[in-house]
Amino acid sequence: MADYLLRRLLIAIPSLLGISAVLYTVLALAPGDPFQELATNPNVPPEVQEALRRKFGLDDPVYVRYVRWLTAMLQGDWGYSFVSRVDVDTLILQRLPTTLIVIGSSQILALLIALPVGIYAATRPYSIFDQIANTLAFVGFSLPTFFTGLLLILVFSIWLDWLPFVYRADIAATGWQFYWEHIKQSIMPVTVLGLFQGASLVRYVRSAVLDVIRLDYVTTARSKGLEERVVILKHVVRNALIPVVTLIALQMPAVFGGAIVTEQIFRVPGIGSLLISSMLANDTPVIMAVTFVFACLVVLFNLIADILYGWLDPRISYC
Amino acid sequence: MAGSTHASPIVEPGKPAPSVERAYSPRREAWRRFRRHRLAVASSIILAIMIIGIALGPIIWPVPINDIDFSATLQGPSLAHPLGTDDLGQDLLARMLYGGRISLAVGLAAMAVAVFVGVLVGAIAGMSRGWVDAFLMWLTDLFLSLPTLPLLLLIIYLFRDRLTATFGPEGGVFILVVAVIGGLRWMPVARLVRAQFLSLREKEFVEAARALGASPTRQVVRHILPNALGPVIVAGTIDVAAAIIAESTLSFLGLGFPPDIPTWGRLLFDAKDHLDIAPHWALFPGAAIFLAVLTINFIGDGLRDALDPRRVL
Repeated sequence: MADYLLRRLLIAIPSLLGISAVLYTVLALAPGDPFQELATNPNVPPEVQEALRRKFGLDDPVYVRYVRWLTAMLQGDWGYSFVSRVDVDTLILQRLPTTLIVIGSSQILALLIALPVGIYAATRPYSIFDQIANTLAFVGFSLPTFFTGLLLILVFSIWLDWLPFVYRADIAATGWQFYWEHIKQSIMPVTVLGLFQGASLVRYVRSAVLDVIRLDYVTTARSKGLEERVVILKHVVRNALIPVVTLIALQMPAVFGGAIVTEQIFRVPGIGSLLISSMLANDTPVIMAVTFVFACLVVLFNLIADILYGWLDPRISYC
Repeated sequence: MAGSTHASPIVEPGKPAPSVERAYSPRREAWRRFRRHRLAVASSIILAIMIIGIALGPIIWPVPINDIDFSATLQGPSLAHPLGTDDLGQDLLARMLYGGRISLAVGLAAMAVAVFVGVLVGAIAGMSRGWVDAFLMWLTDLFLSLPTLPLLLLIIYLFRDRLTATFGPEGGVFILVVAVIGGLRWMPVARLVRAQFLSLREKEFVEAARALGASPTRQVVRHILPNALGPVIVAGTIDVAAAIIAESTLSFLGLGFPPDIPTWGRLLFDAKDHLDIAPHWALFPGAAIFLAVLTINFIGDGLRDALDPRRVL
């Protein structure tokens, strides 16, 4: 097992390097120069500009700059936000927990919807329930997150006035009231993301269960006289869910995309809304760092899925 | 597998073929299967109506999209303005008909880019063994684990000014959005094509062509590619929907098309601050995006039944 873990970790490193190379290439190809404003400023003499460029190594070849940037990132020196005058890493660490909580709870919601519906639909294929669930799943993942978000705001904040539509990090309440306010303001962002995820998961779960449910060992379990409940839950579902783990990990990039939109709509102070606001404010160091963090999170979740897969499925050999 | 339950209801194992045995062409057979997916047929009709409306829009509803009228701002639907007006009194129906063209054009063009790159990469990987294949598949996996939306935003943020300076605001953003969305969505197609190529390459008819001295290019273009096309068409259809969502998302975040080009996502972006007094402004473009994406997804599902009936999932 330790060997398998190590091998998975070693596979993750080249993909992280590859992603960082893609990101840096994009940045290096982009027009514009951090010293553009200096160059057009007549008060700065050309010699000073030249010295500054040499000091920051802007005229070095691309790969030298890439290695320098990468070592700086690895050492935790992520630069300095032009706009808020704070180190980028503190800024991101402040906001990362909120994003992870919203994404995590929406994944749980998605699984809570997708597992029962998908399993029930697969045990009765082509029944009315299956057809309705399938159609609703199509509707669910065809509804873009930004539109669902606006619809929920319209119904629950404006017409019914039940839920707040702006997420506030500083709630001036204590005890139960504090938690209640937090739950209330998280309901809509989590629902938007969870429904979108759940809708695509339903189809995966259904087809994974369908793949397993007619296998011979399930017939054996039935003919032993086991209850249908036990057959489904203990024999079918446990095996059917193994591929679903991988599918959830493959969905991660889409989940982060959805999280950015959701955070922007509900003004959730996570790294997604940080990304958008830095783009609107031309804050390049923050933009690069947040994009890199998203990439790392995707690789991390793929790694976790790989490890879970190896642990859940004994057929995967560790050697 | 001992199973007999298929993921698609169109497959009927065990049922004898219809007694009237006629020679159906593959295309006609596919059409017969497509027709049995009722939602897909209904979706095709709805989508066709939308496309005709968008294409003939200015003829049916000849109102200029930037006609500012401060006496009629934020009005709900009425006879003069069937879908209401925005905060400058501009007619929303005219704007949506115009924006729909761009939204759909972006979707189709991005799909074309994605399918082209995907088929190219998949075909090269599938035909060449060894390190080329391994490298291309590593590249595909790498792109699959890129966070698409943040990267999309990053590229647009960095390159927008240069391209708008070269190609004008509309053309520059269009080229950028299409290239980036297409360039980040080719991976599933590449994988599908490679898998198809790996199995088709060893089939007898390709071997026969090879034995008759067909060049590798001819083998690919004449024999392998046409047989690998079914799943590619399905994936391409779904890509159109995904590209429409991606473009609307960009515009909705205020980082896509400029305000004078009212794509559906841009209309939603402008409308979201007036949600309390003018909900119609957000509801109509949102519903248009939803309807376009939903119908395209259903058509993709129908095409899957029609072109690829054995596929599970």
